[in-house]
Amino acid sequence: MDAFDEMRAANGQVRPAYLVLSDWLKRVPPDVLDYRRREAETIFRRMGITFAVYGETEATERLIPFDIIPRILTAREWAFLARGLTQRVKALNAYIHDVYTKREILRAGIVPEDLVYQNPVFRPEMNGKPVPHDSYLQIAGIDVVRTGEDQFHVLEDNTRVPSGVSYMLENREIMLRLFPELFARHAVAPVENYTDELLATLKSVAPLSASGDPTVVILTPGIFNSAYFEHSFLADKMGVELVEGRDLFVRSNAVYMRTTEGPKRVDVIYRRVDDDFLDPLVFQPDSVLGVPGLMSAYHAGQVTIANAVGTGVADDKAVYSYMPEIVRFYLGEEPLLANVPTWRCREPEHLKEVLSRLPELVVKEVHGSGGYGMMVGPASTKETIELFRNKLMREPEGFIAQPTLALSTCPTFVESGIAPRHVDLRPYILNGRDRVRVVPGGLTRVALNEGSLVVNSSQGGGTKDTWILDR
Amino acid sequence: MLSRTAANLYWLSRNMERAECLARILDATNRLTSLPQADGETNEWESAIATAACAESFKLNYETANEQSVTEFIAFSPHNPSSIRNCLETARQNARAVRTALTVEMWDAINGAWQELKRFENRRLNRDDFSRFLTFVKSASLAYDGSAYRTMLRNDGYWFSRLGILVERADATARILDVKYHVLLPEKERVGGQIDYFQWASILRSVSALTSYYWVYKESVKPWLVADLLIRNPQMPRSLASCYENLSRYLDDLAQFYGRQGNSQRLARAMLTKLSNTTMDDIFQGGLHEFIQKFIAENNRLGNSITEQYLT
Repeated sequence: MDAFDEMRAANGQVRPAYLVLSDWLKRVPPDVLDYRRREAETIFRRMGITFAVYGETEATERLIPFDIIPRILTAREWAFLARGLTQRVKALNAYIHDVYTKREILRAGIVPEDLVYQNPVFRPEMNGKPVPHDSYLQIAGIDVVRTGEDQFHVLEDNTRVPSGVSYMLENREIMLRLFPELFARHAVAPVENYTDELLATLKSVAPLSASGDPTVVILTPGIFNSAYFEHSFLADKMGVELVEGRDLFVRSNAVYMRTTEGPKRVDVIYRRVDDDFLDPLVFQPDSVLGVPGLMSAYHAGQVTIANAVGTGVADDKAVYSYMPEIVRFYLGEEPLLANVPTWRCREPEHLKEVLSRLPELVVKEVHGSGGYGMMVGPASTKETIELFRNKLMREPEGFIAQPTLALSTCPTFVESGIAPRHVDLRPYILNGRDRVRVVPGGLTRVALNEGSLVVNSSQGGGTKDTWILDR
Repeated sequence: MLSRTAANLYWLSRNMERAECLARILDATNRLTSLPQADGETNEWESAIATAACAESFKLNYETANEQSVTEFIAFSPHNPSSIRNCLETARQNARAVRTALTVEMWDAINGAWQELKRFENRRLNRDDFSRFLTFVKSASLAYDGSAYRTMLRNDGYWFSRLGILVERADATARILDVKYHVLLPEKERVGGQIDYFQWASILRSVSALTSYYWVYKESVKPWLVADLLIRNPQMPRSLASCYENLSRYLDDLAQFYGRQGNSQRLARAMLTKLSNTTMDDIFQGGLHEFIQKFIAENNRLGNSITEQYLT
């Protein structure tokens, strides 16, 4: 399977965007690259940019490997992506709004009802409940893969609490420190305004009850959460308080935080806590991460929760397969970004086809994430394939299947030198009341093992800085 | 500032200071036990337990108070919520929870101490090792205190961390002074005799104040002058008067910063006035031990008041 090489055309010629970089890579001695790589690692460690791996007892704090060779996209490519992402996020927001209010898309028979009602992350508590400005999805991470010159596909929509944006920002910070000479020779669009844009987005969706300058907080599960670094990083950059559930309380349907100057009203909560733990009075009663009474304040329109409660209905992989129809239904436009062709195993015809071609397909759990519970046919043993065949026959509605995509490759610094490795891209889209903001860039994840298509950090993936050229 | 952030800064400082105080108590006790004894009928180790205010939990874990059981309990026991080990561990947890409110130097001081602690844990320490351990604890606390003093922005975060140190230090000084009450003089010894004298001198040495004593009073060690130094002398940085002078000042800074006075400000000011209006005669007439017990209770009240006013 020939993957699209982002640096080199099939005839070996370097693509225009990579000309300077490729020339530089040719001249720089490998030990200099290695030295810079180790320098980057030291900086990451000193800044404490680590992540925790669930289920591993040893070494629970690890660094995500960082590849020092940037990935480059042109202004033209980005402009197209940004338009497609904006369109997609608007459609996703409209879909979530519809699901919790009029349900026109269900009544029109476009999305099957049980995909909503039997979805474990569907929140009946949100039925018919207004949210400020009908805004549900403020922060989305949409995973995009590339298979050709102009072929971008959405692989996954993350509409709950997408993480990783701190890596986008820190990767850039480190690259600026390590390779100032490269930046001098490229017009790289900055990303550091992301946190300003995030704050503007969050303020724009404050409830009407809020004052002219709404108070925004980030709600974290606490220091033991795998993404705690990111939570505190964002709070610092935005200059807002990083709160835990116990820092907040609800009185007369208003949310307050406990400060040294007494209770302070909170208008917008950027929560990095899952729905289940937000309010022990409504969801998991034994949760200590949440705030008793929060949902009641929310329903009273006294606080904005970002993303809204129940946005998970838009990000399972079965709903994903309906995204082209969802875009057409709400926006009356053709989707700009293609989906990866997807077989829904819940449909007998699809299942039959999937079972007959299993070794060449990728099979994913509908509710899975993080690269777990998935099978990449061509890279799997016979036993694994048979295991998934049994799973599929037992519970077909729990799975989707897709052709194994030849993800594009980028030059990557690995042990054997500079070699192409498969990548994907997670841009972060901010959907405010006023407008959609997309910071030019995203988190490029790279599968460091030769031939591997799994980019998840929990499974041998690393990250790269992503450069969008301004011209 | 979030109350939880302020509480973590406050308790971080208290825990570091407490670890130091416990090290000083053990040090003082060690010195007392090495004094020439009249008949071996002494109880220094029990007094250490009483001074560290952990007699009840000690009795749950050990039968007799001797050098081994007491040092183990006060220094390393995981079952003693206020052991030196637990203080350093809790301090690091406090620090992790407010990592971004600390400077790099403060974090290094705390994290470094925690790493170093592991080198002493879980192995048999001889007397030399143990004295190295006590020195390590004192210097860890100094490093933390110094890094905070030198690198922290002078705003509410700094003031809360200072309040934690000072409330704890006032408590510690009072307790160390009380060691002498708990240590019985051997039967044949008289008050003001040689053993009595050495005991008071050991107490001064354990708070690094023996030289200061001679500078201030220019005479041999007398109980009432030791008490005067540690209670009333504002020049002595560990004295109750000095602690309250600073507590008052930082609480006033906070009140001004937030534009609001409260109970804590009133309590601190009242204690400061009381300390400067009381003579040593008053104190000894009513009983030094009684005075100290009352002080410890009132100091606790201030701690509770700070918690209520700012930290919850």
